[in-house]
Amino acid sequence: MSKTKTKTRKTEDLSQAMLKQIGESTAREMLNMMILIRAFEEKADELYILGLTHGTMHLSIGQEASAVGASYAVRRGEDYLLNHHRGHGHALSWGSEINLMMAEFLGKENGYCRGRGGSMHIADIERNNLGANGIVAGGIPIAPGVGVSIQLRKTDQLCLCLFGDGAANEGAFHESLNLASIWDLPVIYFCENNQYGMSMSVDRAFNIERISDRACAYNIPGETVDGNDPLAVYDAVFRAAERARAGKGPTLIEALTYRWKGHSKSDPQSYRTRDEVKEWQRKDPIPRFAAVLEGAGMLDEDMLKAMRDEAEQKVDQALAFAEASPEPDIATIMEGVYA
Amino acid sequence: MPENRELTYVEALREGLRQVMEKDESVFLLGEDIGVYNGAFGVTAGLLEEFGEERVRDTPISEAAIAGACLGASLTGMRPVGEIMFMDFVALSLEQLALQAAKVRFMFGGKTKAPFVLRMPAGSGTGAAAQHSQSLENWLVHVPGLKVVMPSNAYDAKGLLIASIYDDNPVIFVEHKLLYGTKSHVPEESYEVPLSQSRVVREGSDLTIIATSLMVHRSLEAAVQLSEEGIEIEIIDPRTLNPLDDETIIKSVVKTSKALIIHEAVGTGGYGGEIAARIASSEAFDYLEAPIRRLTGLDIPIPYNRTLEYHAVPQVENIVVEARKLSRGEY
Repeated sequence: MSKTKTKTRKTEDLSQAMLKQIGESTAREMLNMMILIRAFEEKADELYILGLTHGTMHLSIGQEASAVGASYAVRRGEDYLLNHHRGHGHALSWGSEINLMMAEFLGKENGYCRGRGGSMHIADIERNNLGANGIVAGGIPIAPGVGVSIQLRKTDQLCLCLFGDGAANEGAFHESLNLASIWDLPVIYFCENNQYGMSMSVDRAFNIERISDRACAYNIPGETVDGNDPLAVYDAVFRAAERARAGKGPTLIEALTYRWKGHSKSDPQSYRTRDEVKEWQRKDPIPRFAAVLEGAGMLDEDMLKAMRDEAEQKVDQALAFAEASPEPDIATIMEGVYA
Repeated sequence: MPENRELTYVEALREGLRQVMEKDESVFLLGEDIGVYNGAFGVTAGLLEEFGEERVRDTPISEAAIAGACLGASLTGMRPVGEIMFMDFVALSLEQLALQAAKVRFMFGGKTKAPFVLRMPAGSGTGAAAQHSQSLENWLVHVPGLKVVMPSNAYDAKGLLIASIYDDNPVIFVEHKLLYGTKSHVPEESYEVPLSQSRVVREGSDLTIIATSLMVHRSLEAAVQLSEEGIEIEIIDPRTLNPLDDETIIKSVVKTSKALIIHEAVGTGGYGGEIAARIASSEAFDYLEAPIRRLTGLDIPIPYNRTLEYHAVPQVENIVVEARKLSRGEY
């Protein structure tokens, strides 16, 4: 009865097939984006350590492959994105401008949200990024509304709805997936399972093997993929997108990955061992994908170094832009509550 | 068109929905049992046949998803009108309303808008007991970014509903079960009653009553009785609770020097406190000849028993007594 499946195709075969489908330049662009996300997140971490940021943030270091794989498999900027709180990587991947993101991170007037949202709420409305969400599962019930809107306006867009493992245990998850299923809505529910909802491990929070197993409750496809392999993620999301655009309804995808850093800036990480973190760091998605591209003759050492240098440059420039950007004017504090 | 054309509150709401849907493809309806069942109180009767199931959508019993779907559709070019079967159930939608819909515009730097309406009937008097009888408007008034509208008659119901649908903000539209059958003059054409405009329902010189929803009617009845005693009551219906037009209220209290605030919702933490504070901190303070008084629902869950239920919320005779005392300076 369950349509859920865990990928069994050999990684190597899949990689070759996917590289062919994606093409050399996009594949390189994806690696480039993963490197840029890592650089952005490392800079964000550094800024916090130096005391230059205000408020909390949630870093996605180690999860770059799932962000990039998911975004690149849909029409970034044309489709709709509902992001979660650990969303810097997704916003970058969706095509948002790093300067405006960094300005928002520093709370500046010319940031994406005029400094009102900050790290946890970056939205890029022009690119149909409907915003990152500070409430776990907060974006999930919004997704069917986006889906209905697409249906009624008769476009071939879709809604990529991102959330973490923790969100799958909120009641809203059930209401949303059921509604999307009965109305065949063009929604891709993309669960980034990074193994922990703050301190609560998935082993303790779920009594099922795979979060994607829940898809059978809604009679929709569910699939668990290696979230540290951008090609595996791309493959699953691409198929879900085809299904969504064909009017066949939603899909639940679970991407297995790992959060290297703490939940937020004040996490002592007493709930996991250093060995466990190290074990996942050995599965770093960036060198792993670089090796795939090198093996396929699409990348060499010089290109990789150039990507890293360029990413660092972009992040430094973004920071300079953000630092030079104006603070919001106190006289505008009431703006934007009502339209 | 006959000048005296009368419709019930339910018919007026339905006519408003129909006229907007005929004109505007971006408007659609969703909620529990609004299609084949016609809505729990019949507001959407006939609309499924007229507009089809794409635009009149029966949902599962999923109040979080109803509110979320309204938000998602409104962020992407639509103007949905959702229905929550009883206002009590809005408790199950609050996350989407208070933490999402109310915040998106501000939180994203004013770069988006969420134009949707969520309709819901409040109020006691139907024997539905504690979980189907509440007036919870103040929960939503307390969240900047939401508008809260509370029509007290059929004319306002239609005009405020159309204005709410075309407003670019999330609007909580609070109806009252005991008002659904009440009639008033309703023009046939489509019209808007602007939001955030209080209405002087009755003019008087001795005392200002500020009343919402069903309490406007009970206050009017009380005013007629008191008029026979020579006490002339002025009645103000705020109609939109947030953002509130308090000028009309303050102007009236300046004139009458006395204020009585009446709502069905429980008193503690209720909307009456807000109105009292606005009056007391305005120029009307200098004109007050008596304390500002409130007459509200008791601080209890609504009881099932008919007699107890009756006594849980302000009735005409309570208003008469309270208004008479206050106007005579007995407090």
